[in-house]
Amino acid sequence: MPEPILSIEGLDAHYGDFQALYGLSMQVARGEVAAVIGANGAGKTTLMRSVSGLIRNQPQAIRFRGQPIGGLRADQVAALGIALVPEGRLLFPSLSVEENLIIGGQMGRPGPWNLPRLYDLFPILRERRHVPATALSGGQQQMVAIGRALMSNPDLLMMDEISLGLAPVVIKSIYEALPGIVGEGLTAIVVEQDIAKALSVSSRVTCLQEGRVSLSGASAQVTRDAISRAYFGV
Amino acid sequence: MDWVNAVVQGTLLGGLYAMFAAGLSLIFGVMRLVNIAHGDLIVLSAYVALSGAMLLGVSPFVVLILAVPVMAAFGYLLQRLVLNRTMGDDILPPLLVTFGLSVIIQNALLAAYSADPQKLQAGAIETAAFAIGPITVGVMPVIVFATAVAVIAGLQWVFYHTALGRAFRATSDRQDIAQLMGLNRAHVFGLAMALSMAVTAVAGVFLGMRTSFDPAIGGSRLIFGFEAVIIGGLGNLWGTLAGGVILGVAQTLGAKLHPGFQVLSGHVVFLFILAVRPRGLFPRIDG
Ligand SMILES: Nc1ncnc2c1ncn2[C@@H]1O[C@H](COP(=O)(O)OP(=O)(O)OP(=O)(O)O)[C@@H](O)[C@H]1O
Ligand SMILES: [Mg+2]
Repeated sequence: MPEPILSIEGLDAHYGDFQALYGLSMQVARGEVAAVIGANGAGKTTLMRSVSGLIRNQPQAIRFRGQPIGGLRADQVAALGIALVPEGRLLFPSLSVEENLIIGGQMGRPGPWNLPRLYDLFPILRERRHVPATALSGGQQQMVAIGRALMSNPDLLMMDEISLGLAPVVIKSIYEALPGIVGEGLTAIVVEQDIAKALSVSSRVTCLQEGRVSLSGASAQVTRDAISRAYFGV
Repeated sequence: MDWVNAVVQGTLLGGLYAMFAAGLSLIFGVMRLVNIAHGDLIVLSAYVALSGAMLLGVSPFVVLILAVPVMAAFGYLLQRLVLNRTMGDDILPPLLVTFGLSVIIQNALLAAYSADPQKLQAGAIETAAFAIGPITVGVMPVIVFATAVAVIAGLQWVFYHTALGRAFRATSDRQDIAQLMGLNRAHVFGLAMALSMAVTAVAGVFLGMRTSFDPAIGGSRLIFGFEAVIIGGLGNLWGTLAGGVILGVAQTLGAKLHPGFQVLSGHVVFLFILAVRPRGLFPRIDG
């Protein structure tokens, strides 16, 4: 495996007294698309929130380009070049579509993404740029959420269940945009319930079960059998 | 004609109330903080201006240029060093801490300046007036009202046309996701309090020029500010101006009926509007 851009070692995460992740370890190589799968409540979102700094953890448990980031605040993590498309989109309702995108880029990190380029990727957003973000359809809101994350020109882009609640045809169109997003050195982590989708877009897959890694391997090589065992623990 | 006159005077008074209210509304909007010390901070601003005017020997209008940045810096530090430590899912701790702050400010002012009423002396302009038809209007109240309109317009512009305003609105919507955009919540809150205190400084200086003040009057200024915010509808700045005007007019009309009714009639109108329109007259329309 080439030099990992993200390296997680023995990560424990808690909500109050409840422990959601147990000694979780995982590596993501620079430039790859990594998939994280797992049943409801397995801890996928908790992992995303931990990496992005929304949950603070032991500093050494998460390293980004070698630097310990487990104890940093979310804004400090974002400044280092990690962006999250959160589960449920969570756009800013008081901001227009365009303002949601602009605020995504407000740190001014240099890189390929800017408003014109984003509107080329999702042309419908250019048409609707002045309406409140939450007035859009679910699929269009997901485009805004992805665009908002891209506008920060991240080195690592994490997407948490971007197909949740969307019609299959919309999911297809969003995933068709993915090759135009990754590449150019961007590393991505994709959280998905849809296993086939996850395997088809990724080079490595990690399966979580009750807060622990139950399977990890090359997406092209894992068997259906191994996945269903890792998924359900049977 | 007397009644028309009362409405005009009340409208002009409402500008001052709108300025009390704007700072209160702003920090509630951005960080859901109810600042019980707001009225005392207005009075503190008036005393800061009083000392500034005496030390430098200049008019209160000149002191305003100093009081605004001084109070803004004070607000930023207050938020970063004290209030941010109390912010969380529970709204009670900040409420208690600002209540304590209110007591501290009142007693510190009492110790430093005594309970004697003070006034900011603005000179001849205080008594200058001009006639519009049969109604005589004071220059000072008109300046206060025009300033209130300018302050509200300025805040509106900051909120809807600047990066700072965008950060305020995003933080108000979803604090955690705003952090993901690289916005440090503690700093954004500090800036919101700084802006609120800048408006408070303007309100305090004009309060001190319009009427006399002493360390104990903060409480009722807080109530007037609250009432103007609620009448106008939370989160709507122009609504806050309207709320201030309605409160001001209610008070002057009440005083016209009977001098003792001034404050009471303001409260009655407030309660009436709260009963029929619990979200205020012009609530913000969003989800
Ligand atoms: N805010 C919270 N407070 C307490 N427990 C939580 C909280 N959020 C999640 N949990 C618990 O942590 C565990 C992991 O949840 P998490 O949301 O990370 O799962 P997930 O894999 O993302 O599930 P899903 O596929 O449903 O999104 C679950 O048992 C969940 O109930
Ligand atoms: Mg989840």
